[in-house]
Amino acid sequence: MSPNLPLAYLALSAILFAIGGVGLLVRRNPLVMIMCVELMLNAVNLTFVTFGKMLDDISGQVIVFFVMVVAAAEVVIGLALIVAMARRRPEANADDLRLLRG
Amino acid sequence: METAVFIVCALIVLAGAIGVVMSRNPVHAALSLVATLFGIAVLFLNLGAQLLAVVQVIVYTGAIVVLILFVLMLLGVDEDEDLDAEPIVGQRILAVLVGLLLAGAVLAVIILGKDAAVTGAHSATEAISPSIANIVQIGRQLFTTYVFPLELTAGLLTIAVVGAVVLSRRPKDLQPIPEPESMTELGDDPLTTIPEEAAH
Repeated sequence: MSPNLPLAYLALSAILFAIGGVGLLVRRNPLVMIMCVELMLNAVNLTFVTFGKMLDDISGQVIVFFVMVVAAAEVVIGLALIVAMARRRPEANADDLRLLRG
Repeated sequence: METAVFIVCALIVLAGAIGVVMSRNPVHAALSLVATLFGIAVLFLNLGAQLLAVVQVIVYTGAIVVLILFVLMLLGVDEDEDLDAEPIVGQRILAVLVGLLLAGAVLAVIILGKDAAVTGAHSATEAISPSIANIVQIGRQLFTTYVFPLELTAGLLTIAVVGAVVLSRRPKDLQPIPEPESMTELGDDPLTTIPEEAAH
C-alpha cells in the first residue's frame, strides 16, 4: 500500500463534492438536484471514513451513520415536497418556484 | 492491490458523478447515482469499514435511489429535458468556476498539507482494532459515547415521517398556484403556464 493512499481518498472526495455542488447549481430538475445533494453527502462520508482511518479512530465511521440518517430524512422530505409541488404544477422546475421569494 | 481497487473505484465514482450531473434523462441520472454509490461502498470496504459498506448498499442503493426512481415514475417526468437552455445568463460558467474553486481550495490543502492536513488527537474515542469486529466497535460507541445523538436521530426520523405524510396528503381544494401580481408588476416573465388540455 502506498503511504499516500489516504490523501488520494481525500482528493477523490473533494472532487466528488465539487461535482455535486456544480450539479446542484446547474440543474433545474428538483429530483436531479436531490441526487446531487446525495453526491455531496457521500463525498463527506468518504472523507469521514478516511479521517477515521488516518487518526485510527472508530468515531469517523460512527459519524457516517448520523450523516446517513440525516440524508434519509432529507430525501423523504424533499421527495414529499416535490410530489406536493408536482400536483399543482406538473411541469415545474426549480426556476418556476419563485413564490417562495415572497 | 489496495491501490488498484482504489483507482478502479475512483474512476467508477467520478464517471457516475459526472453522469448524474450531465444526464438529460433523470432516470439515467438516478442509475449513474447507483454506480457512484456502489463505488463508494467498495471504497468503504477498502478502508476497512465493512459495516458501512453494507449499510451503504442497503440504505442508499436499496432505499434512497429506489425512492427517487419511484417518485420519478409516479410523476412521469422521465422524458429528456433540454439541457441547452440556459435561463440565467452566465449561470453555468459561474457554477463551474465555483466548483473549480471549491475543489482547488480543498485539493491545495490536501496536497500542500500532506499528512499534516489532518489534525487532531489519535484514537480519541476508540482505536480501530483488527481483532474486534467492525460492527461491535461501532455499536459500542453508538450506545456509549454517542447515545444522546442516537436518541435524537429517533426524533428526527419520526418528525421526517410525520412531515412526509402531512406534505403528501392530497388537499381538498387543489388549486394551481396563481401568478402573484407583485412579480408581474416588477417586470418578471410569467411562470410556465399549465396547458389546460394537458392537465392530468
